[in-house]
Amino acid sequence: MRVAKSGIDFEIALAGNPNTGKSTVFNALTGMRQHTGNWPGKTVTRAEGDYLHDGKRYRLIDLPGTYSLLSASVDEEIARDFILFGQPDCTVVVVDATSVERNLNLVLQVLEITDRVVICLNLMDEAKRRGITIDHAGLAEELGVPIVPTTARYGKGLNDLTTAVSHMVSGKTETTPRRLQITGELSDALDELVPMIEEQYHDLPNSRWVALRLLDGDYAVRQALLDGSIGELAGGNR
Amino acid sequence: MAAPNASHDVLSQADLLQRRLGADLRDRLVDSIYTDAGILNRRYVTVRLDRRRDLDRALDRVITSRIFGLPLMFLGLAAVFWVTVTGANVPSSMIATALFWVEEQGAALFNSIGIPWWITGFIWHGTYKGMAWVTAVMLPPMAIFFPLFTFFEDLGYLPRVAFNMDRFFKWAGAHGKQALSMSMGFGCNAAGVIATRIIDSPRERLIAILTNNFVPCNGRFPTLIMLATIFVGTAVSPAMASFAAAGTVVMVVIIGIVTTLLVSAFLSRTVLKGEASSFTLELPPYRRPNIGRILYTSIIDRTLFVLKRAIYMAAPAGALIWLLSAIHVGDQSLTVIISTALEPLGNAIGLDGVIILAYIIAIPANEIVVPAILMAYSGATRMVDITGLAELQGILVGDQGWTLLTAVCLMLFSLLHNPCSTTILTTWKETGSRKWTAVGALMPLAIAFVVCFLVANLWRLIAGV
Repeated sequence: MRVAKSGIDFEIALAGNPNTGKSTVFNALTGMRQHTGNWPGKTVTRAEGDYLHDGKRYRLIDLPGTYSLLSASVDEEIARDFILFGQPDCTVVVVDATSVERNLNLVLQVLEITDRVVICLNLMDEAKRRGITIDHAGLAEELGVPIVPTTARYGKGLNDLTTAVSHMVSGKTETTPRRLQITGELSDALDELVPMIEEQYHDLPNSRWVALRLLDGDYAVRQALLDGSIGELAGGNR
Repeated sequence: MAAPNASHDVLSQADLLQRRLGADLRDRLVDSIYTDAGILNRRYVTVRLDRRRDLDRALDRVITSRIFGLPLMFLGLAAVFWVTVTGANVPSSMIATALFWVEEQGAALFNSIGIPWWITGFIWHGTYKGMAWVTAVMLPPMAIFFPLFTFFEDLGYLPRVAFNMDRFFKWAGAHGKQALSMSMGFGCNAAGVIATRIIDSPRERLIAILTNNFVPCNGRFPTLIMLATIFVGTAVSPAMASFAAAGTVVMVVIIGIVTTLLVSAFLSRTVLKGEASSFTLELPPYRRPNIGRILYTSIIDRTLFVLKRAIYMAAPAGALIWLLSAIHVGDQSLTVIISTALEPLGNAIGLDGVIILAYIIAIPANEIVVPAILMAYSGATRMVDITGLAELQGILVGDQGWTLLTAVCLMLFSLLHNPCSTTILTTWKETGSRKWTAVGALMPLAIAFVVCFLVANLWRLIAGV
């Protein structure tokens, strides 16, 4: 599943809701160095591009814009599977600062899958114009991952973003991703299933997500469990 | 590497737990995600004096209300068409006059230097004339309609349309998001077909793909607007003409939407059986339209793009029509022979043989149908060249025997018939199935024939013709 990366030092996934300026961030970072194709076996466009930071080459993969990672739609399936199986070195989630609540739904789901997340809090200018203030330091602490405020349209904050990403991929940033507060029967079911998965794959960083996907009948995750490829996610290749 | 047996244990345990949890697992998960996001939002985000959001909410209470939502939508649509109809007439005539003057000069020049008549005819009266017609008929309405349409799009109105339409699609057993792909279809049916990717369920997505063609795309709007202007508009008093024309185009759009719903309902109760799934549609804030972007998008991306494509298609079509008129078998031109053969078919559905011929020639691009009809007429009867849109109605009604019925059937046929070649190709790419692509192309054609046949015969029965 892992994409071959010749001459690429780090691979960065770009996730986010539609209309958050995700494409603007993508274009601003990669400029002319991009190319588009299709996701393997899918009719959905896959755009990727490179940028340089401190002499390292980063490849940015633009995931389809989605509100969630749970449904069976092709777009969400691609985004979900890439973050899980593609194992990017870092996932940047672009968040619309004018509607944080809606965008947090996606962030919380991404944090279940990976702890290497940088949040790009975009459209800060529009939020300011509408009298919205965000305590992004407090929110970052609560979510356990860095948040970088940006106005990608005017190139503001993008240097901070690439710096935050470089700190993440080099391991300088410690993360303590917030996990969902799950209660009731679902929580009981997870308590049963997660230890079984962890018994087999000790280092799996997202065993709870894998369990959730299994309970939801996710075909790709079942397959990965059957053919053992889920073991590759267990930290072995880093 | 773990033993495969252990994986099977995990899976069977997962299946067991899944059954115990029941079907609403995802709903519970979504609930806890929403709760969490809500808590974080309240704690870290403060909104001071968000008058805009208050204004948005107040606006949405009216625009998406059960009572006013739909009437407002159709009123807005009517206003757009009215402005287009009123504004496009004069420039259309002027462009036609200018371009046909060039044709005369070019042909005269060719004749004066002794170029054979058939080269002059092929180039000036065929290829060039096709392009000139398309430009005259399409450019002015597009240059007015597209900026207005893009304005509403930029404002954030289209998701409201989806919101208003949701309950109807639910009734039809289709996905509410189909209202969005349908709205995209007003721009371009191929784009509408691609937009169905937002629909999760393959069943509902297929319904949305197969019915997208029933809303008129940007290529077909100029045709509808022109027909409405010169036929329906002139059938009433001059003062009411532009209102009647705009109202007619709105009627056609409503018929298109109703057809979409009926066909969706039919499909979801027969070959594509199933329940409608629910979804959350967040209404994005209204955005102040950016005039520069509207002009760029509507003029460059839409008007010139559509016009370019139409001109590319019209050039060979014009040449083909000229050839059909120039080549004689016996003492009749091919145009006459073919259109005579097609006459009974055309007559049965309220049209005539020439119109059917023009439709066959225009399969690659719906937007060139009207120019193709005009050229085929002038080829079939060698009638005097039309120099402006003003005389068009008189000539079609006087010489070709068009009636209001012809115009109505032509509009219905244009609305319902098979999608253009680009849309068919896109359907094939998106479904990956020859069968469904064929259904997507032939079902609308069959519906168009049946509807026009019924309308024509009922009309004749009632009118006693």
